[in-house]
Amino acid sequence: MAKAGAAKPTEAELKEYTADAQAWFRENTVTNPGFMLPLTFMEVSTDQQFDFLRAWQRKVYEAGYLGASWPKEYGGGGLHPDYQRAATRAMKDHDAPIMINAIGIGWAGPLLLDIGSEEQKQKYIKGMLNAEDIWCQGFSEPEHGSDLGNAQLKAVRDGDEYVLNGSKIWTSLGDRAKYMILLARTSNNEGDSKYAGLSFFLNPMDVPGIETRPIKKLTGEYGFVQCFFTDARIPAEGLMGEEGDGWKIAMKTLEYERGAKVNLAGGYFLKELDVMGIVDVARRSRRGGKPVLDDPVVRDQLVEYMIDIQAQNLNNYRRRMPPLVQDRPMGLPLMSKLARTEMIRELTEFSLQFQGAKAGYYVGDDNAVDDGYWHRAYLNSFSATIGGGTSQVQKNIVAEHVLGLPKGR
Amino acid sequence: MKNLGTIGFSEEQVELMDVATSFCRDKSPVEKVRALMEDARGYDPDIWQEITDLGWLAIAVPEEYEGVGLSLAEVVPIMEQMGRRLLAGPFMTTTLAAQALIVGGSEAQKSAWLPQIAGGAIATLALTEQEGDWNLDNVTAKAEVSGDGYALSGTKQFVTYAGDAELIIASVVLDGEVRLALIARSAIADSALRREAIIDETKRSFELTLDGISIDAGALMDADMSKAALAHIDLAANLLQSAEMCGGTQAVIDYTLEYLRTRKQFGKVIGEYQALKHPITDAYIAYEKARSHMFSAAHSFADQGRGEVAARMAKAAADKAYSHAADRAIQFHGGFGFTHDCDAQLYRRNAIWNASQFGDAAWQRTKLADLLF
Repeated sequence: MAKAGAAKPTEAELKEYTADAQAWFRENTVTNPGFMLPLTFMEVSTDQQFDFLRAWQRKVYEAGYLGASWPKEYGGGGLHPDYQRAATRAMKDHDAPIMINAIGIGWAGPLLLDIGSEEQKQKYIKGMLNAEDIWCQGFSEPEHGSDLGNAQLKAVRDGDEYVLNGSKIWTSLGDRAKYMILLARTSNNEGDSKYAGLSFFLNPMDVPGIETRPIKKLTGEYGFVQCFFTDARIPAEGLMGEEGDGWKIAMKTLEYERGAKVNLAGGYFLKELDVMGIVDVARRSRRGGKPVLDDPVVRDQLVEYMIDIQAQNLNNYRRRMPPLVQDRPMGLPLMSKLARTEMIRELTEFSLQFQGAKAGYYVGDDNAVDDGYWHRAYLNSFSATIGGGTSQVQKNIVAEHVLGLPKGR
Repeated sequence: MKNLGTIGFSEEQVELMDVATSFCRDKSPVEKVRALMEDARGYDPDIWQEITDLGWLAIAVPEEYEGVGLSLAEVVPIMEQMGRRLLAGPFMTTTLAAQALIVGGSEAQKSAWLPQIAGGAIATLALTEQEGDWNLDNVTAKAEVSGDGYALSGTKQFVTYAGDAELIIASVVLDGEVRLALIARSAIADSALRREAIIDETKRSFELTLDGISIDAGALMDADMSKAALAHIDLAANLLQSAEMCGGTQAVIDYTLEYLRTRKQFGKVIGEYQALKHPITDAYIAYEKARSHMFSAAHSFADQGRGEVAARMAKAAADKAYSHAADRAIQFHGGFGFTHDCDAQLYRRNAIWNASQFGDAAWQRTKLADLLF
């Protein structure tokens, strides 16, 4: 969210900036540090990965290629968003590692720039950008995964503090974060809608009474934690908006994350799956002395996936072309997460079929195809078909909000 | 991935989309569609005249032949709305015949026929034979030198709207090479045409016996031009079909949603049941993907290489989406879905028809595999 004064670059200015950014990422991008790099911010498992990605984000920020369009007075570059877009493009072009502080720069930061106080902006924004302060998100609860609006973690006002009791789960980087954006229940009045009693907090993680326990994922790795709040006291100034505004604000953060409302700080938190990488596995894998890619059944299925992937790329452009989405303008945005995550799950599963008996290997065995990348990618793909609203809930959302079907009870 | 299509649109495209949306809705309500299914001709000549007057047949015809000089990209939104309303008539086949002339015709052939087509003369294609091969260069019908011209022989199938066509463009072999022959309706005896019973009752199609038909020396396209024209028709047909199919998919989904929102069973509106709600959502998602491909194919059609990938992807995506949506539409209408009165069958049959002509989804994927890998 640049200030109104941030001038749109001329073609020549943008060209020069783009050339610089491309050169910088060409020179500085490390794609193979000698250990496996996470494809998403939800997969940061080891200290080595964490330290690397944190240092990388800082380096990108200090070079001016992250937060370029955020206001200068809070640590941003104060430039027009076109500059940041060019920088993010350069990251993608060089297959640069992800930005680790996703919740900070993708969710909390835009929220603060939008509705935060001057003091909050001064306090938090820069630390998000340089990855000094890692942020996490506390929305889901053990008993309320898909039914987010029913969150039950209690926040009770006591003087200039709130006292928190309850638990949050599936918190990426929860054990490494300094702050959490937290959805908590401040009232539970009979007859009120479940959403009415929710409030939104900026929650410091280093207070007594907050404990985290790592969750071992189906891949055997770590990345998420469960957070336990036991009489944890946090400053009341962490409340965003008023008590009861929580649901509204949480939905706002989702909009930022989709890039609909404000300019994001830039960068990306999830790596696109490299489809040609799968074609390459099919080419390298052999059966009966011939590449699996020669098998007509495999070819047919791969083409089908490529048609699907291309459709989703086209959807992303088409959704911003009003004449081409007149009938159901919300259709493409609301189906995008569902369609994309399910496709990746199917595609990564399919990649195991090429490998013959070698599909039996896993990460850690030297014989594993691509060090077990595809097995990991498949198992990890469920984080996206389940997290952020399961595919089944997403289908209800599309059915009800786009197709006008009635809510089932 | 290389050679992939991009997406965009022209102002003319959007204007035509708006006009076609209301025109097709108003002129082709389902009662009219069903009435025309019983009619021998199968379409309304007055509406054909209106289509001509709107200039839709001239859109992709170059200006020097009395056309508008736009491209097939601008025809796509019209075709989509026709598919959506099952608007009957020889619009697609006439447009394709004009494309064959534009790409493969000599100056004399173009001057003779394109202004007529732009002005409403119906033209059609006679490409398919007994084998039903989607390879358009697999041709057995013959042209042989006879006097100053050529004598034709063989049999062509799926010659749509041949009964009313003033020009039929047929593929024949001369000296081992495939050629396109321009046959004026006056050269064809009524007995040479047999109406075929086809899956889509909203369309009309004929078998054409070429035996005994003679054409002038100037009525054959030359060999290289014929080859180029056939390759072009293949892609143009798939592009336009993807549009017709997208329109049909939208319509069959809307038709089914209406039922799911109103029909009650076991005390509930059936649209509340996730066993119905989720699959119709899947069908809708597939439709939106197919529609993005359709716009991409329209936008990229003229680009060498990209155009073919985009058109084949569009047809493959549209076939998959339409066939599935219409299949589920029959099922979700329960007992009513099994009747001829339920519109679901109209769309299912239309989907089968379009898949059967110029290659279905699997055929397109086979072609794509060779283009992509």
